[in-house]
Amino acid sequence: MSSPDAPDVRSEIRSPDLTTVPDGAAGDMVESLFTPARNNDIFDPSDEDAGRTERVVFKIRRQDDPFSAPYWQHFELSCSERDNVVAALRRLRTNPVTCEGERVDPVVFDHNCMEEVCGACAMMINGQPRPACSALIENLKQPIVLEPLPKFPLIRDLLVDRNRMFEHLKHVQAWVRIDGPWALTGALGGAGGTQKETCLRVSQQQWAEDYLYSRCMSCGCCLAACPQYDEGQDFVGPAALAQVRLMNAQPTGKFDRGERLHRIMGQGGLSDCGNAQNCVRVCPKAIPLTTAIGELGRATTVQALKDLFGG
Amino acid sequence: MNARSVIVVGGGLGGLLASLRIAASGHRVQLFSLFEVMRSHSVCAQGGINAVLNTKGEGDSVEQHIFDTIKGGSYLANQPPIKSLCEDAPGLIGTFERMGVAFSRTPEGTLDQRLFGGVKNRRTCFAGASTGQQLLYSLDQQVRRLETEKQIEKFEWWEFLAIVKDPNGRCRGIVAMNLRSLEVRAFRADAVVLATGGFGQIYSPKTTCSTNSTGAAASRVFQQGARFANAEFFQFHPTAMIGDDKTRLMSEAARGEGGRIWVPRQAHDRREPLAIPEAERFYFLEEWYPSFGNTVPRDLASRAIWKVTREMGLGVAGRDQVYLDLTHLDSHQVETRLGAILSIYRKFSGVDPLSTPMTIFPAAHYSMGGLWVDFEKDANTGGLRANSLRNHATSIPGLYACGECDYAYHGANRLGANSLLSAAFSGRVAGEAVSAYVSGLEQSVESDSHAAFDAEIRYQNQINHHFIHADGEENPYDLHRRLGSMMMDSVGVVRDNSKLNETVATLVELEQAFARLKLGEANPWANQTLAYARQVFDMVKLAQVVAASALARDECRGAHHKPSFEDPAPEHSQAGHKDFEAFRQRWKDNNQKWLKTTIADYHPDGPRIGYEPVDTSLIAPEEPRDYR
Ligand SMILES: Cc1cc2nc3c(=O)[nH]c(=O)nc-3n(C[C@H](O)[C@H](O)[C@H](O)COP(=O)(O)OP(=O)(O)OC[C@H]3O[C@@H](n4cnc5c(N)ncnc54)[C@H](O)[C@@H]3O)c2cc1C
Ligand code: SF4
Ligand code: SF4
Ligand code: FES
Repeated sequence: MSSPDAPDVRSEIRSPDLTTVPDGAAGDMVESLFTPARNNDIFDPSDEDAGRTERVVFKIRRQDDPFSAPYWQHFELSCSERDNVVAALRRLRTNPVTCEGERVDPVVFDHNCMEEVCGACAMMINGQPRPACSALIENLKQPIVLEPLPKFPLIRDLLVDRNRMFEHLKHVQAWVRIDGPWALTGALGGAGGTQKETCLRVSQQQWAEDYLYSRCMSCGCCLAACPQYDEGQDFVGPAALAQVRLMNAQPTGKFDRGERLHRIMGQGGLSDCGNAQNCVRVCPKAIPLTTAIGELGRATTVQALKDLFGG
Repeated sequence: MNARSVIVVGGGLGGLLASLRIAASGHRVQLFSLFEVMRSHSVCAQGGINAVLNTKGEGDSVEQHIFDTIKGGSYLANQPPIKSLCEDAPGLIGTFERMGVAFSRTPEGTLDQRLFGGVKNRRTCFAGASTGQQLLYSLDQQVRRLETEKQIEKFEWWEFLAIVKDPNGRCRGIVAMNLRSLEVRAFRADAVVLATGGFGQIYSPKTTCSTNSTGAAASRVFQQGARFANAEFFQFHPTAMIGDDKTRLMSEAARGEGGRIWVPRQAHDRREPLAIPEAERFYFLEEWYPSFGNTVPRDLASRAIWKVTREMGLGVAGRDQVYLDLTHLDSHQVETRLGAILSIYRKFSGVDPLSTPMTIFPAAHYSMGGLWVDFEKDANTGGLRANSLRNHATSIPGLYACGECDYAYHGANRLGANSLLSAAFSGRVAGEAVSAYVSGLEQSVESDSHAAFDAEIRYQNQINHHFIHADGEENPYDLHRRLGSMMMDSVGVVRDNSKLNETVATLVELEQAFARLKLGEANPWANQTLAYARQVFDMVKLAQVVAASALARDECRGAHHKPSFEDPAPEHSQAGHKDFEAFRQRWKDNNQKWLKTTIADYHPDGPRIGYEPVDTSLIAPEEPRDYR
């Protein structure tokens, strides 16, 4: 999966099978082309450079600011078996010297959690949009080509501004309207009380479905891959649509279902999706984006009929 | 009522809930964060959040939660805030549920709960294994809604650098730097709430924390006069995956769900783990602590692992690692309940925990210590007085703190799944307190003179100038690495005075090294090295507080462990026995001396350490912690 010519193992495991685990474990696995390391060979962190033998070449697209021209630089780094792209970039910034021996500015990039949950580090790696922290070097074809995510304004080097994603979440009203952030005394106890009743009952089946969508980390990979999503376009993109699916199913979120559907019925909404299925193939959290889009398609049709005939 | 303006710095669980609460009181909020708030470290929390719902027929009670929290923290935390924390927990869960959090469910559709360390009842609500993510996103969504209603304004990609005080010493705003343009700008506010998270990065790379958990912001206000408390109490999580860029957490839930920790009885046993028969495995936690077994509190588990590896030489393959074994459990069940951590382990190690035991070791995880904050006790309830403007106020008037950057709830050791709770609860309380504070202000900050703001901008620009143009040989990345390895070595799982003395001195040298800095880039646009170097400097200043506080405290309490002052419970002796009672008396005598909050005050020559009494008005310290 990780190198362009590896067999695409992901497309098969994307379809949501609700009888199995919703936690994405199976879907999150990156198939290694190497045999997995034996447990006892585990990397010894006390020995900083142990196991760091292989020389790996990175080809990185650079751009000093939004207005200047991009250019490429090559770097060679020694990497260990379990290195990932973020770890490599972190090491590179301590001594950024190109293959030609030139000392250059450190590469600018974004990362926080280093465990594929914050969504910060998404970039194009060998032509695929994906989080860099979970991209293991050993699975990547060399030279490893790093580019910023397309579709978003570039800040510098591999750093982009994903603010549009959040504007789109505002547009589709991806939230549950609550009265306020205080406890509703009486419902779940409140000060001094213990639980008397739970507010909501949600079946395990429904939970499993909702949970799938609730892990979207706004990394933007799906948008980078979507042919319909672009800077000049209105299309809100698959991530925001999936959140509509989630909010509309939520017990209280349901109340604003109609409003959200209307938001995606016009221009920039659902009908802009060309059903290319790229989004679902690249989502690192295995979110069933096209399933959501399909369900929303049916829901908006029903809504349109309701709008026509009332009720 | 006059609408006032409040600045909240930090968009994790604490900061977002504070922002919502302040907005709900009708005040304007300006919310600052280093990056999009939904990428805050809170997103990493896996295991869950505690609240007594007593849904498992175990007779769980709020009183028990209070007791567990107090005792788990070795009585070092003030008790009134803990009482309110535990009482409000069920209501908070309700609030999150209303916001749409996908909490895991029982077959009846009610909230499911799981077991966590240091506790005997199932009390932890969870959302799969991504609880923090789910909680944070629900708040993020609410904040986004209030942005569209113009009640909250976000400043993402801005770094807080300093507070600004008026001539009376009140906090009246901040100076922050735009992380793209590097513009340094002042923002006025009637009050400021700091919710900038913990400081695990001073132990980098041996930490489970995100790269942004630097503590730099808290260090900055400390250097501006805010007091810091209990800095020596830092939690090392026993079960972190081995890694050289980061040590990733394998949640305590893995033990809660039945995971067992062991090493081969024989040193340097080279067999594959599953080829080793039961009888030749040393389940040391189960042997040493029969009643809690693998779910002993974190500090005990970390030290036990330290002991079998460092002292007994039984680490797997002779290294700093032990097994965390899930292979005996029902794989479907484990997959459903721990899927997220299994996937992290598989992804980053290439090994499947369902078929091979994981190898783990303790890593820096959570700062119990933090900015000192006040509280007001309600004489009637013994808990916090609602809406008191003293709650969560730092020692600088008008500056509040909540979340992991304060010190309030966990004493000497935090129980699992209590910190999402305290981050959320303290956010709400701080929000209420600051609303009360600004409502009572006579004069809005708008009429303040701009002199103090301008002066702070100039000062911060000078620092930037110095950092960018310094032409020495020290590299900030290297300084950070040196800091991390020194802290892990001498202010880590176990501590020793002579080593601590050395470290205090070396940390001064490390600070001086910044005079010989070389940044390596002068790009005036999105210069990440500049921001990073400034953070590392403030981390060194904070590490000095940690080391000095650790040096000063000559005892063993919770996460702070000095073997030369250890007085363990006598073996084979229980309450009532002569030996145990003598031990209890020694323990009480020691409490006379050390059951005190450590307070650090800033001084240019190094932190000044003092102490303040702990409010133990609810549960007198009669029971030494004993998890055997
Ligand atoms: C791997 C891991 C797992 C955990 N699991 C659990 C669990 O299962 N249960 C549990 O109860 N607890 C858990 N914890 C602990 C818990 O996650 C944290 O204590 C909690 O999330 C802290 O929240 P916070 O709001 O204080 O800060 P954070 O979430 O750390 O947020 C800090 C915020 O401050 C901002 N900030 C920082 N510095 C600046 C600055 N200078 N300028 C501007 N903004 C700034 C950041 O941008 C960020 O928005 C876990 C911790 C770790 C490391
Ligand atoms: S299916 Fe729709 S949203 Fe997904 S990539 Fe294709 S066009 Fe984009
Ligand atoms: S749907 Fe998937 S790919 Fe798209 S932003 Fe969310 S997590 Fe990323
Ligand atoms: S660093 Fe958080 S997803 Fe990669």
